[in-house]
Amino acid sequence: MNIKQFTLASMAIGLLSLVSTSSMASDTVDTSEIHFLIPGGPGGGWDGTARGTGEALMKSGKIKNASFQNMSGGGGGKAIAYMIETAAKQKNTLMVNSTPIVVRSLTGVFPQSFRDLKPVAGTIADFGAFVVRKDSKYHDWRDVLADFKLNPRKVKFSGGSSRGSLDHLVAAMAIKAGRAKFRRVVYVAYDGGGKAMAGLLSGETAILSTGVGEALTMAQSGDVRILAVTSKERLDVLPEIPTLSEMGYGVVFANWRGFFASPAMSDEKVKAYAKLLGDVQETPEWTKIKDRNGWVNLYNPDSEFYHFLENQEKELGVLMHELGFLKK
Amino acid sequence: MLDGLIIGFQTAMSMQNILFVIFGCFVGTFIGMLPGLGPITAIALMIPITYGIDPSSGMILMAGVYYGAIFGGSTSSILINAPGVAGTVATSFDGYPMACKGQAGKALAIAAYASFSGGTIAAVFLLVAAPALSSISLSFQSPDYFALLLLGLTAVAAFSSKGNFLKSIMMTLFGLMLSTVGTDQASGIERFTFGQIDLLDGISFLLIAMSMFALSEALLSIVNNKDDGSGVTPATEVGSLKLTRAEIKEMAPTVGRSSILGFFVGVLPGAGATIASFLAYGMERNLSSAKEKLKFGKGSLRGLAAPETANNAACSGSFVPLLTLGIPGSGTTAVMLGALMAYGIQPGPRLFIDNPEVFWSVIVSMYIGNIVLLLINLPLIPYIAKALTLPKQLLTVLILFFSLIGVYLVSFNNFDIYMMAGFAVIAIGLRLLDFSMSPLILGFILGGMLEQNLRRSLTLYDGSISFLWDRPITLGILTVTVLVLLMPIISSLRKGDDSDASSKVAEI
Repeated sequence: MNIKQFTLASMAIGLLSLVSTSSMASDTVDTSEIHFLIPGGPGGGWDGTARGTGEALMKSGKIKNASFQNMSGGGGGKAIAYMIETAAKQKNTLMVNSTPIVVRSLTGVFPQSFRDLKPVAGTIADFGAFVVRKDSKYHDWRDVLADFKLNPRKVKFSGGSSRGSLDHLVAAMAIKAGRAKFRRVVYVAYDGGGKAMAGLLSGETAILSTGVGEALTMAQSGDVRILAVTSKERLDVLPEIPTLSEMGYGVVFANWRGFFASPAMSDEKVKAYAKLLGDVQETPEWTKIKDRNGWVNLYNPDSEFYHFLENQEKELGVLMHELGFLKK
Repeated sequence: MLDGLIIGFQTAMSMQNILFVIFGCFVGTFIGMLPGLGPITAIALMIPITYGIDPSSGMILMAGVYYGAIFGGSTSSILINAPGVAGTVATSFDGYPMACKGQAGKALAIAAYASFSGGTIAAVFLLVAAPALSSISLSFQSPDYFALLLLGLTAVAAFSSKGNFLKSIMMTLFGLMLSTVGTDQASGIERFTFGQIDLLDGISFLLIAMSMFALSEALLSIVNNKDDGSGVTPATEVGSLKLTRAEIKEMAPTVGRSSILGFFVGVLPGAGATIASFLAYGMERNLSSAKEKLKFGKGSLRGLAAPETANNAACSGSFVPLLTLGIPGSGTTAVMLGALMAYGIQPGPRLFIDNPEVFWSVIVSMYIGNIVLLLINLPLIPYIAKALTLPKQLLTVLILFFSLIGVYLVSFNNFDIYMMAGFAVIAIGLRLLDFSMSPLILGFILGGMLEQNLRRSLTLYDGSISFLWDRPITLGILTVTVLVLLMPIISSLRKGDDSDASSKVAEI
């Protein structure tokens, strides 16, 4: 074979392979690979969600390859900006995120919102819980509300994150639903759920606003009591704990975790990934990882997820405006 | 309890579990030695391994890694002034000056003995009194923590001798100011972020420690190359490992005191190893004679032994709220809590009853872990300390490499690297003007917690400052703090030498 023939042959091969790949891409959407972008450092909640989901997808054989990239900064804003700036390159990238993306885009921590990305699916959730000491004088959420109406300064709420974050907002939401002066909620911020729990047990605060997951073990061992949860229906793990809705306070709030794609990803591919994230929840591998991490399934695929986010944004926006966290 | 202890020994003494302890200690020491990688990283790395083994072995492995990492962390503090964990910052105060004086071997040996003693003594406390102590760990409220942190801040006195009073106060305030950068928890408002999203979460401890200590130190050694022997450059000798009888006698009471202090501070979920090490350092200085006081910050044996003992004792102490209440007091114990729950084990008051083998084998493995650490580390010290004998051209580059990589591996954010460079430049300028970096890091570490506890106390008391005297614990700690601050004045007044009083005040 002389040189000319060789070049021709190789050109033909190149052309063939080009044709074959392009035809594959148009026929079926390739979802065998996922690159997870994690907007926080290793070891956090986002990190655990992405790595756990990746592990379940790999072990159940739903995808061939999962890779992970941590990019912290700006409460997640750095990673969002990266997804948008390099959108064309992020063909297989899914970014993990959670309720704070809604809160932080409202407060303007970062200029973008979920609308600048393609929401793929919400996968898991944690509901809010109001927790008191076992010897607390409160036995019912209505007691708390009655006391608050008498003197709001005497009923101190606490939580494991800063003022204006979810723990605080959920408390204000519940008080608001009880037609009390929710702007006067006194919220004591702790650095992490563990320290907030220690503060509750030491007697310095009366009520802890936290996620069910964070209070579950202490409640099951009887050290604390949960007065109410913010799910719509009673939770399987806490069948005897009432929800705020059934008490007549229409507050339903889920702190979701889910995945987002770059704005350049085709709707087809977003749908395919959304289906993948839903299908994996049926597998035993997922159940094992879910139980290991204490997750609760809350599957919410693409367009439903988008509407869910819009609703949550509207609800939180009104509340945060009334609480004075939004200037507009 | 005896039954429990026997179960614990049976579990922990099995061949497999002893191997796990040895493996854990070894890996932990190695990871801890790399500046930037602390116990949290080390334990997080172990989690996938622990899924395959039974809970007791998993916890034993993780406890070994935990101790090993704390222990390894002191190595980089002593040798290259790069404390990778906040708990070992106080170790560098006197450990690094010792290494500079050519006593690196001795300093590492003291750290090993002190860690061993602190860990072992605290494990005895844990064994005897863990269930009873769970109530103590909940007796502290925000005003008490505020008072405790204020007391910890008085340790800054150690760096203010020789008329440097004003300079160290300035550096402490600089540290306190740096700690306010980022989102304020109590109000949810951004402070000093200048619109930079990278500053929203504040400046990390690791970044400050690596740039202000390690980076500036390494870069200064290049500048100082011309006039050799200026004292800033680390000495290249390892020195003898041996301690004299007099030195052991001098340090024994220190180790005893610091173990007790460290353990009890560790039991408090809002305190932990860092505060324990600063408090122990301050206490030791206050208890020593006027002549001995001058040695602190310049290579005092007691100044090295105290924080090193206390931080290990506090690590054991932090298992009290974790195991008896299920409350993690630190990031590291929070990771461990996650691992326990992954096994389906619920830490809390019922751990004792439901899984006695886990509870007891963890405690027993603490003894074994401490012995293993001492055994593997003492023979290794001469080799580890050899790092100092590397040619300076190589050592400087290695320090630069590890400190930059260490910070990047935690955040994966380029902005942190630029920030490190900026801080290193500031630190070099300050060092050339004879400012000490230690008060800055002290102010920075304690500042955030100090402020949050103050703000919380004020919220809880509806803005009134009555929290300062409302609780006996707060009042007691504040009284001690005031006494510590007034001591130099009182002692000089007693001498009746009024002319001397002003210079003594300057020592505070």
